[in-house]
Amino acid sequence: MLELKNVSISFSKGTADEHRAIGRLSLRVDEGEFVTIIGANGAGKSTLFNLICGSLIPDEGSVFIDGRNVTMDPEHRRAAYIGRIFRDPMRGSAPGLTIEENLSLAAGTGKWMSLGSRQDHKRFRDALAQLGMGLEDRMTQPVGLLSGGQRQAVTLMMAVINPPKLLLLDEHTAALDPGSAEKVLDITKQAVALDRLTCLMITHDMGAALRLGSRTLMMDQGRVIYDVEGEERSGLSTQDLLRKFRETSGRELESDRMLLSAGRKP
Amino acid sequence: MTLISSLNLIQTALELGLICSLTVLALFLSYSMLGVCDLSTDGCFTLGAAAGAVVVLAGHPWLSLPAAMLAGCLSGLVTAVLQTRMGVNSLLAGIVVNTGLYSVNIAVMGGSSLLNMNKATTVFTMAKDLLKGSALEGMWKLIPAALFALAAAGLLSLFLRTRLGLAIRATGDNLAMVKSSSIDPAFTTTAGLCISNSLTALSGCLLAQSQRSVNIDIGSGMLTVALASLLIGGVFFRGRSIPLRVLIMLFGAFVFRLGYTLALRLNMPAFMLRLISSVIVVIAISAPYLHSRMPLIKRRMELKREA
Repeated sequence: MLELKNVSISFSKGTADEHRAIGRLSLRVDEGEFVTIIGANGAGKSTLFNLICGSLIPDEGSVFIDGRNVTMDPEHRRAAYIGRIFRDPMRGSAPGLTIEENLSLAAGTGKWMSLGSRQDHKRFRDALAQLGMGLEDRMTQPVGLLSGGQRQAVTLMMAVINPPKLLLLDEHTAALDPGSAEKVLDITKQAVALDRLTCLMITHDMGAALRLGSRTLMMDQGRVIYDVEGEERSGLSTQDLLRKFRETSGRELESDRMLLSAGRKP
Repeated sequence: MTLISSLNLIQTALELGLICSLTVLALFLSYSMLGVCDLSTDGCFTLGAAAGAVVVLAGHPWLSLPAAMLAGCLSGLVTAVLQTRMGVNSLLAGIVVNTGLYSVNIAVMGGSSLLNMNKATTVFTMAKDLLKGSALEGMWKLIPAALFALAAAGLLSLFLRTRLGLAIRATGDNLAMVKSSSIDPAFTTTAGLCISNSLTALSGCLLAQSQRSVNIDIGSGMLTVALASLLIGGVFFRGRSIPLRVLIMLFGAFVFRLGYTLALRLNMPAFMLRLISSVIVVIAISAPYLHSRMPLIKRRMELKREA
């Protein structure tokens, strides 16, 4: 499904600040896999997503999706089959457009002059009803009026209304309050299971990283330092992950945010 | 002032307001929806007037309208390509195109800076012939102007509900979102500017035909005048629905022209129009900003007083 072959990218090339954000990284993700990704700040997690989406083009190496080399495809073309959600809930929807208009923009079938149909309206209503937030009765309200959690839930709906080949979640619950984060995570789980989506999720919540999905990657300094799935993964605790990080990288996982969430019961 | 003369006054304001409201609609699309301040508006307005006049003088009054729109669309395409594909800053792209259009416009008018259509058949004289003898005879300018303005307003509000229209609105509303979606913001910007510039050119074409002449300065100051109308419209209602907002734009254009015509009656010299437009634009844009800073300014002054 998704394959990265020896992908590298460096930033600030030719200056004293030059550093390699991703170094000769290779990764294969099969169809229907739900992969969670953890790592400290600056480990290259978001850069990895940028390379997959096409907002960055690697200095070396190639990106394949469904066997096709998409390394040089522009971002907007890849976005037709890759859904991506960011940490910032304000980022994924247009505040001045209504909930329905945002959804119909996301669901659009490419006919530029088409107006929203009644079937679409019903489809969006049903999708929103699944969220259990009462948004199906507020479809004509501008998205700018929604709370962060509601807005991120709408963004998620926009990403999966036409099931994408690949769903990339970049700490999409990190900016929400704990209640909304839990809710959005639940919706994510349901949506991914419903359409058997191939999904990559970056998270700072180590408990969630082990609880959700079928495989976990740990990244450090632009490399994947630990890749675990199956039985070995189901036996892991967050403490095991922290120890693993210390052993492989020789450092403590320093992010306070991650330590705090590691302390929480999974 | 007699009743008749004040009615005439209102009618003139309405005619001019409606014709220029097409430019206001163009700016509603480019400035309010797409979030691009298109500084080529003045030149594009003149381009539409010039291209339309040439076609009118060749004896094709109806054809002048699509001809002007096509010319405007091309001008918008150049502005858009400069800013989306060639790395030119969007304000600079507008200024550069505006400057270039000065030469283009004189070339279109065959090297002269003035064209007269005194004896030519225009869209308006055709309406005059059609209405001859009917009760509406005196409205031969008003009726076509109203028809064009209403048709443009209707089509624009319908367009803004299409997928392309939504995409254009989203580009102005949340560029980051559009950039990471399957919509190419370069495409939506280009489409938006092509449409808005064809409306601007149509507006110029109609104004030239109603005045029966074009000179090279017909469009100068148009951007600020239209922006003033747009912002006046915005003050009257803060309606959320798009069709309502589009209608309010027409209304704003009329109110602006009415105010201007009244001021002329009260012996304001005609050359003051642009200064007044500029002041209106500045007030309308900066008032909300200053208002939001008021509490801060007040606190600062209180602190100073205490010190």
